[in-house]
Amino acid sequence: MATLQLHNITKRFGDTEVIKGIDLEVNDREFVVFVGPSGCGKSTLMRMIAGLESATDGDILIDGQRINDVGPADRGLAMVFQSYALYPHMTVEGNMGFSMRLAGVPKEERRAKVLEAAKILQLEPLLDRKPKALSGGQRQRVAIGRAIVRNPSIFLFDEPLSNLDAALRVQMRIELARLHDELDATMIYVTHDQIEAMTMADKIVVLHDGVVEQVGSPMALYHHPCNRFVAGFIGSPKMNFLPVTLTGVTPGGVAIRLPGGGERSVPVDGQHLASNAALELGVRPEHLLLDEQGPLSGQIKVLERLGGQTSLYVQMDDELITIMADGDVAYRVNDTVRFGFAPERAHLFDAGGLALTSLQQHPLAGLTRHDNRAPGSPAEEPA
Amino acid sequence: MTTLGSKTAAPRSVTGWRSAQAKRAIITVLGWSVALVIFFPIFWMILTGFKTETAAIADPTLIFSPTLESYQAVHERSGYARFALNSVAVAFGSTFFALLIAIPCAYAMAFLPTKRTKGTLLWMLSTKMLPSVGVLVPIYLIFRDVGLLDTRTGLIIVYTLMNLPIVVWMLYTFFKDMPKDILEAGRMDGASTLQEVFFLLLPLTLPGIASTGLLSVILSWNEAFWSLNLTTSNAAPLTAYIASFSSPEGLFWAKLSAASTMAIAPILILGWMTQKQMVRGLTFGAVK
Repeated sequence: MATLQLHNITKRFGDTEVIKGIDLEVNDREFVVFVGPSGCGKSTLMRMIAGLESATDGDILIDGQRINDVGPADRGLAMVFQSYALYPHMTVEGNMGFSMRLAGVPKEERRAKVLEAAKILQLEPLLDRKPKALSGGQRQRVAIGRAIVRNPSIFLFDEPLSNLDAALRVQMRIELARLHDELDATMIYVTHDQIEAMTMADKIVVLHDGVVEQVGSPMALYHHPCNRFVAGFIGSPKMNFLPVTLTGVTPGGVAIRLPGGGERSVPVDGQHLASNAALELGVRPEHLLLDEQGPLSGQIKVLERLGGQTSLYVQMDDELITIMADGDVAYRVNDTVRFGFAPERAHLFDAGGLALTSLQQHPLAGLTRHDNRAPGSPAEEPA
Repeated sequence: MTTLGSKTAAPRSVTGWRSAQAKRAIITVLGWSVALVIFFPIFWMILTGFKTETAAIADPTLIFSPTLESYQAVHERSGYARFALNSVAVAFGSTFFALLIAIPCAYAMAFLPTKRTKGTLLWMLSTKMLPSVGVLVPIYLIFRDVGLLDTRTGLIIVYTLMNLPIVVWMLYTFFKDMPKDILEAGRMDGASTLQEVFFLLLPLTLPGIASTGLLSVILSWNEAFWSLNLTTSNAAPLTAYIASFSSPEGLFWAKLSAASTMAIAPILILGWMTQKQMVRGLTFGAVK
């Protein structure tokens, strides 16, 4: 088991700096997810950890040892590729045993290890098949199996689920979480899908344009995003943003005037704000409440009924606001709705996009996936 | 001939379907015409080989009484087997060495490219555009001084160098098509560069390497300029064998045709047997 540290990691391709000095710590047995839009540098960062790409500057340490100059195979890591990258001319067993074959492990020992991994992944009946005779999900499992047999100190996953269909993705997500519990290994996972990040991570690292925007538990990022980018990126559907005017700062919060004239006080720290500071209000669609007395109003442009929930897309001046409402709301397109929000659920961002610090820490903000288990209970298989 | 466009998507309308049909018919007719024009001289040569010398220079006709007398005459005069052996040795020998040199070259160019890789590739190919005769005198003199004239080794060296640009170029395109992830997965699994090449790259690009090798064999087999100028008897391949029927005895068309047929028969059969492989290899990048 292992820890990983990145110190001021930089990567330049020619004149373009794609990773701009990243510092990061990954603890033992942690499931860390790098998430960000495409081109943010998350895959490059993982490839540098894997040793497939060299770091232009900075140090990569595994268990305190600098490994910048160690070859990819000798870092004790295993990687699962987005394309699975199975060896098409080898059987499943050949694929999973390839690293041991290269290392000169005797055949029986190899077989025993492959069987052990195959058992974890339910691949036993497929060991003699070639990759082209497997389904996408099975290929994915073989790729994971290939990583498991290497008994790595850290698992690296590079968007492993993006080639699977939606149903399979959910299933594999659960399976990966189970695997993490079962193997008790450190795992680093790259994805652009914030749902994968939210559901699997102990710690999410949000990357944007080669810098770390925020590091924290899924709930911390959801409830206390440190800037507008993280606020918009984490959570689905996206957070709504509205320009608001500052009317006053009190020790208990920041008073603002909403579009349409309503006034609210949001419990965030605004002591440093200039009196005429431009502010933006952020409220998640699930935190907007339909309310006849609400301070906000707009006309419904699109209405999507999902069954349990209904998404309302409401035109407010120039903004299209998303509201997640109850499944049975009786509204129709072109109706005008009034809505509001609980102030403690709202976020305020200054002109630079930085969030004003919340004065009320959300009770779940420190929670990780592991804390979902009852204390002392063994790793349980999610249903 | 492969039929082109056989996998076009289902047409939407009847007119679309008709025009697709017409297009396919035109392409088929065109393809066959070109193939026939190219094949006709070979066909005529094979026919002439079965004629008597008088019939061979008479008015062209498809109806004649076939005879093996030209083959007999050719067979009596010279050791076909010796020439054939030289051809085999030279063609396969040069192909072996060309692949041996080209595989690492193409690997470096495909997987570790630099700013100048494209330029190097073009430059290599451009050497094929120079007329061989331009370097005949220097090569002849060098070969004479080091004792390579009329040796198989000499021919193998020349053919290896001659085919190297094309072999590197073709292998480069095949290697480029290889998913990089697979090699990286190999590297993560602990493969050295050599293991990467032998366990992953070569098995996965075998069709491409095979068709490249075949092309190199064919080009070497058919090469006449260097074989005629650098060999006399010991290392003379089948191209020299054919030539020997044209010059000293005047033009005996039937015997010349018989000799030519025997010279090209092995490579023709090889080409025929590996046709599928060749077409697949040569169009690999295009249809993937």
